[in-house]
Amino acid sequence: MASHGITRADMAAVNLPRRRVVNRLMEGFTALAAVIGVALLVIIVWSVAKRGAHALNFDLLTKTPVPFAIGPVKQGLANAFAGSLVLVGLATLMTVPVGILIAVYLVEYARPSVRSGVSLVLDVLNGIPAIVVAIFVYGLFVVGHGQSGWAGAFALACLMLPLMTRSTMEVLLLVPNSLREASLGLGVPRWRTILSIVLPQTIGGITTGAVLAIARVAGETAPLLFTSSLVGTHVSWTPTHALQSIPVAIYELSESPDPADHARAWAAATVLLIFILLTSLAGRWIATRSRRRISTSR
Amino acid sequence: MTTLDAAETRRPFAGRRVRLGDLSLQVVAGAAAAASCVLVGLIVWKVIDGSLPSIRVNGPAFVTRVAWNPVLGHELYGAGSFLFGTAITSLVALLIAAPLAIGIALYLTELAPRLIRGPVTALIETLAAVPSVVIGLWGILVLGPILRDHVEPALHDALGWIPLFGPPSSSGSSLFTAIVVLTIMILPIVSSISRELFLGVPRELREGALALGTTRWEMIRGVVFPYARGGIAAAMILGFGRAIGEAIAVSQVIGATVGIHWSLFSGGDTLASKIAESYQGGTTKLQVASLIYLGLILLVFSLLMNVGAQWIVRRVARRQGVGLNRGGLG
Repeated sequence: MASHGITRADMAAVNLPRRRVVNRLMEGFTALAAVIGVALLVIIVWSVAKRGAHALNFDLLTKTPVPFAIGPVKQGLANAFAGSLVLVGLATLMTVPVGILIAVYLVEYARPSVRSGVSLVLDVLNGIPAIVVAIFVYGLFVVGHGQSGWAGAFALACLMLPLMTRSTMEVLLLVPNSLREASLGLGVPRWRTILSIVLPQTIGGITTGAVLAIARVAGETAPLLFTSSLVGTHVSWTPTHALQSIPVAIYELSESPDPADHARAWAAATVLLIFILLTSLAGRWIATRSRRRISTSR
Repeated sequence: MTTLDAAETRRPFAGRRVRLGDLSLQVVAGAAAAASCVLVGLIVWKVIDGSLPSIRVNGPAFVTRVAWNPVLGHELYGAGSFLFGTAITSLVALLIAAPLAIGIALYLTELAPRLIRGPVTALIETLAAVPSVVIGLWGILVLGPILRDHVEPALHDALGWIPLFGPPSSSGSSLFTAIVVLTIMILPIVSSISRELFLGVPRELREGALALGTTRWEMIRGVVFPYARGGIAAAMILGFGRAIGEAIAVSQVIGATVGIHWSLFSGGDTLASKIAESYQGGTTKLQVASLIYLGLILLVFSLLMNVGAQWIVRRVARRQGVGLNRGGLG
């Protein structure tokens, strides 16, 4: 197959009409592909929102599920909302400082070989399937101790860490070296230079990284299945035992035969989608703003 | 050289005195970096450790054996049917997604009017941000019934002589539904990596080709594709890796059956979805260990694929000076 290089036949001017037709066809195909891509998003979001809007009411946030409900009982997923808040919050608290430290080490201290080695490890960590991370945390914490919010949050943190580190590294690399040199030249020690000159420049980028990582794991189900899924129906804020979460709740409700459960699953999915879309947008907005600041300060 | 060294040591403030602050920041940050490497090692070790009881009983024969019988006394486990399910769903999904994704990337880099380029790029990336459980919910309640009632009968009527297109499924849960769901999930990943690759093709090469009188498609085929070839391969490997590791959405739509069925419209299971379905607890120690053994197989595949893809990406990046490491970050 002559997949590269332009052959003589291709260039023969006699075939110009045919070449134009081929060109048109391929251009049409790429445009069609783009239409399909956008249409898929629109269809999914629309069909979730359409079904979710029916069941979306205040009860969803304030009431707890009623097991084996007969007839129209007012119930919601308050326990899942509370649990997701705690799980994602704890995971963020675990990830952000560690991610920043790793990025600082790799950008400011590490030799190039160490840097590329560790970033390969982080890429590999990013590629490990979430369900395998769940098995790992299950073996590490759950066997013998039982499920807990801590275990679930730790599993989420494993998925957030490579994202957080990568985005922090990217902004640290954007900080102009002249800034570091100016500070070091004034006799400021290296650690003070990093903590009070370099890092403040990157707060925007680090926030973006954290927000995007939150948007990414807020919808993760797999890591929580083995670590924080066997739960009661009451609202709980303590991570020492298993906490319900929105993704796990949707997963369980989607497998139920009861249409009322499906309605609540759609409503929860709508809330989750809105949350994720808003956080991604916010992340991007912060990113463009802070990038503008770094480029003007240069 | 020696005189230079001597001069340096005589400089008033430049002594290599170790500052406590410097040392502690470097040690703490270094420890964090080391911890991330330890974490990956620990994951590998824990998964091996957890599957040991099953490895001892079943040995390597487990990998290809088609069986999953948790009945006490008749326990027999094997990964064969799940490996088959993983391979067929991921490969077909990649087969559908790859041309579409490359088409999208080409449209966004070569054809799209400036005005719609930004919004369409953002929309495609948003598709990557939709959680898998939501796609699975949509897949089981909306997509599955549509495929069962309209698409599967049509395909069966037209192509029924190929064993892949057997009689339509009864529930809407089938390998085929899983394939469609996986296609949707890997499409934005492959397309966003390909887009970055195509953006890295030097302008003068494109313009040179066009100036020689090529059509736009000939320019793409003659200049853009050869330039981005390695990267496209890496993008596909990353997309494939994502597909084999997807547990939640697949387990919602695949119909959870054991055995090798050549019809795409029958149920099946993948390595990842089998693990996800069993979350409410295995009944015996051997069953739990066998589930973790499935995880070990999955881990080995994803490690191989990721290291392979990263190796290609790094080689390409070194040649072109493009940063391509944002694969799959949405």
